[in-house]
Amino acid sequence: MSLVAHDVGVTLGGACILDGVDLAVGEGEVVALVGPNGAGKSTLLAVLSGDIEPAHGTVTLDDVPLAEHSARALARRRAVLLQHQGLAFGFRVEDVVRMGRSPWHRTDREDDDDRVVADSLARADVAGLAQRHFPTLSGGEQGRTSFARVLAQETPIVLLDEPTAALDIRHQEALLSVARDAARDGASVVVVLHDLSLAAAYADRVCVLSRGRVRADGAPTVVLTSELLSEVYEHPVDVIEHAGSLVVVPVRQEAPCMRA
Amino acid sequence: MTAAPSYDVAAPPSRRRAVVRGFAGRAGLLGVLTLALVVALVLGAGHGQLSIAPAEVLGSFFHRIGLDWGPMPTHPRGDDTLWQVRFPRVALAALAGASLATAGALMQGVFGNPLAEPGVVGVSSGAAVAAASVIVFDVDFAGTWTIAICAFIGGLVTTMLVYVMSRDGGRTEVVTLVLTGIALNAMTSAALAFLMFLGDQQAREEIVFWTLGSLNGSRWEYVGVVAPLAGVGIAAALLLSRQLDLLSLGDRAARHVGVDVERLRLGTIVVVAVLTAAAVSFCGIIAFVGLVVPHLIRMVAGPGHRLLVPASALGGAVLLVVADLWARTAIAYADLPIGMLTSLVGGPFFFWLLRRARRTSGGWA
Repeated sequence: MSLVAHDVGVTLGGACILDGVDLAVGEGEVVALVGPNGAGKSTLLAVLSGDIEPAHGTVTLDDVPLAEHSARALARRRAVLLQHQGLAFGFRVEDVVRMGRSPWHRTDREDDDDRVVADSLARADVAGLAQRHFPTLSGGEQGRTSFARVLAQETPIVLLDEPTAALDIRHQEALLSVARDAARDGASVVVVLHDLSLAAAYADRVCVLSRGRVRADGAPTVVLTSELLSEVYEHPVDVIEHAGSLVVVPVRQEAPCMRA
Repeated sequence: MTAAPSYDVAAPPSRRRAVVRGFAGRAGLLGVLTLALVVALVLGAGHGQLSIAPAEVLGSFFHRIGLDWGPMPTHPRGDDTLWQVRFPRVALAALAGASLATAGALMQGVFGNPLAEPGVVGVSSGAAVAAASVIVFDVDFAGTWTIAICAFIGGLVTTMLVYVMSRDGGRTEVVTLVLTGIALNAMTSAALAFLMFLGDQQAREEIVFWTLGSLNGSRWEYVGVVAPLAGVGIAAALLLSRQLDLLSLGDRAARHVGVDVERLRLGTIVVVAVLTAAAVSFCGIIAFVGLVVPHLIRMVAGPGHRLLVPASALGGAVLLVVADLWARTAIAYADLPIGMLTSLVGGPFFFWLLRRARRTSGGWA
């Protein structure tokens, strides 16, 4: 276990966002964080990435508290894709992806920069956009460019906050396949997802958060049940098996378009 | 990815050509700007009430450094005029311009906002208040350096204030930044007015000269103070430039790629204060140089700070030497305040930038 959160509590503006959360991420696994709005998914990811210091509990990377790693040392161990990407100036896509190489500046791995950048552009399917200016891209294209930057960082831990939110179906599947492949090669991947069917298909483990606590944590087939999801989301949910994978759909009284 | 276009992973020739082209473009832009600076310096030194031909300007310069090249000025007072009046003046113009443009590029990088500039946000006038206090209260603890040191402290305090007041949730909005500038400029003008009220006739005249900005009466002594400040400031700016690129990702993402954001911010603010002090100490408030120059460079060379910072320094030097030449020669026997000229040109440019920022971000944010 390389990245471990133990008994983490976070309070923001008087509201308790996370309370007694335990999560350990091992090598070679994809962990999906799911849960309703305001359950604390993004906050937990921010705690894991070192952006938020928990008021209670500890987060350790290789048995050393996160706060004791320097910014540069952390950047060589974990990469983060945020929900919203901004860029103050009009850099080209290739320049943005190259920014992911900066933790390796003045090390032997700097020699790989060109190869890794080209490789990351291709894996995130933005090679064709390499010379475009970032602010002129669509939301989905910006998201994929930022994902390429995360890949270029070549870290053993990858944290992704709703990476599929702005993507079309093809790119959702492609992005999570790349994340899967990274895990197969030994990386630890934590990904916040809203689409439970995607979580079922690509995650080794699903961690369900509800009101700042871990409600369930385990293999998708164990965790993603109709009873648990209906309770957590406060809406009846069906889990069905389709072509060997789980599909999660909300139960509707009658087809909405049929309503008089 | 399944349908990804084929992409030659082993650094294809086109990529290598692009790198070579990048280096050539970089050297080319800096080369052109250096050449323009030399031309501007020679013309600037030659023009004035006593006109000296460019060849004679170069000749005088080479003879003084021990090279027997080119003709000496034919006018009997030519050589003295060059070395006592003109050369210190163009040198000071070049140093002040380089400092202001570099400070602008740094501020824009650290605020992530293309409208930040020492003059616009009130840092220059903050430094000017400190310097005016030195004049009025006749402070003297370090000779010629006194004014520079006080201007640095004034600049540092105001930069910190702007930073603290205009930042919210990790970003700086255009509206907040510009309004902070208005508030700070209002406070500094009040302070300047109070200092003028306190001061005697001579102090008042000096303060007025300050707020208008002028290179009249430049001396080698001043160049000796400004040159090391500008040199240190620009060198530090070059060292920071790589990390400033990363800062444009936003605070959190910059931290994720290994930038110690708080340290970078603090370091940059100190460098901005040093550069502003270098420019303001003896030349007064010369606004908009730090806004116009980095913007023009970005249009030509893109936003990467590793080229933007040195190119802005050179471009700022060229701009101020040319502007000073214009200030001296536009009206015969009159030395117009240079700060007035830069504001005359920079004001409309700022307005155009504001309009553009509003259009591209769909509002004033």
